[in-house]
Amino acid sequence: MPAADIEKHFQGKIDQDIRIEPKDWMPEAYRKTLVRQMSQHAHSEIVGMLPEANWITRAPSLRRKATLIAKVQDEAGHGLYLYSAAETLGVSRDEMIDQLHSGKAKYSSIFNYPTLTWADMGAIGWLVDGAAIMNQVPLCRASYGPYARAMVRICKEESFHQRQGFEILLVLSRGNAEQRRMCQDAIDRWWWPSVMMFGPNDDASPHTAQSMQWKIKRFTNDELRQRFIDVCAEQVKLLGMTLPDNRLAWNEDRGHYDFGPIDWEEFRNVINGNGPCNRQRLEARVKAHADGAWVREAAVAHARKKASLNKEEAA
Amino acid sequence: MEKIPGITGETRPVGQASWPLWEIFIRSKQGLDHKHVGSLHAADAAMAIENARDAYTRRMEGISIWVVESKHIHASNPDEAGSLYDPANDKVYRHPTFYDLPDELKHM
Repeated sequence: MPAADIEKHFQGKIDQDIRIEPKDWMPEAYRKTLVRQMSQHAHSEIVGMLPEANWITRAPSLRRKATLIAKVQDEAGHGLYLYSAAETLGVSRDEMIDQLHSGKAKYSSIFNYPTLTWADMGAIGWLVDGAAIMNQVPLCRASYGPYARAMVRICKEESFHQRQGFEILLVLSRGNAEQRRMCQDAIDRWWWPSVMMFGPNDDASPHTAQSMQWKIKRFTNDELRQRFIDVCAEQVKLLGMTLPDNRLAWNEDRGHYDFGPIDWEEFRNVINGNGPCNRQRLEARVKAHADGAWVREAAVAHARKKASLNKEEAA
Repeated sequence: MEKIPGITGETRPVGQASWPLWEIFIRSKQGLDHKHVGSLHAADAAMAIENARDAYTRRMEGISIWVVESKHIHASNPDEAGSLYDPANDKVYRHPTFYDLPDELKHM
């Protein structure tokens, strides 16, 4: 088949919602886009464990502690699902980890903000995981099979993350004045970074059109962001709290909430490495990897020794 | 320093060697087949099973795990799917609906 026909055949499959599997032909740009998006997503899950790990030893009760450990363990699992799915595209785990550790690969900039109080565990679950779910549910129908299948599992598990977060805030919102203040403060700090999680506005997002044609993306950044804001603007009422946006108002004509301008300057700053915790997060990752080197080495030595013993027995 | 192969075939010093890739199959409940759920890295089969338990059965999704090192999986080539499955394409008589029988015929 001539190259142009192969490409047409490929797009034809996508248009008919036929999933692309690892050994199928795919345009190099499709493969690259997926590797970038999936590895970034995997890195985000892995780095995302750090802000919450900070509170495991400080959780206010055994119930909260067990929940937080389970959530952080899920995130490690989500990272693994996604790394494995990305590996089906021919990139190695080592390459991806190297790219993260060298700063070449990005991860969601939300994890470069600090977790200052216990209420942050609630706000992260409700808002950060809430925004992630909004982004991830459509990815369950992404055109690349291994990615879509990984996302199905992730979304199933993600729902508890959001619910436990909202529950934390709900309990605080019914507490004493200090607890209510803590609750509002966490919402104030996490709201805008969560709104930014959907990425730049559509007119500043050059890859969106191609990603939508390939059905890697099903909705634009702004569509998802609007949906998130509409949902949260209602949910926050149950907490008796407010979102830190004085221009937030229901627009009858649009059937959506209007909202104030987003500080893209801050977004770019954090992405470019100047957020409050960028250095700390990357250092923690690199240190964990380096500190684990002897374990990986020992496991390999053990496996080889066992294999050679088995050979001797068989001989 | 002794060198051993990494995932992508390149050789790395023993200390930096990465664990091989394993394909994971889970039986979700008694009576059902093992089904492919994904892959993971592990130094050996025992570790692959333990990692699979942690990665793929945190919510009672399985009661039995198979692991196979990925390099042992041989797959058909999707480019040859046409010719590979072609022999089955024109044999409609393998299907029960091919046979023209009266509606009055019961229990068949």
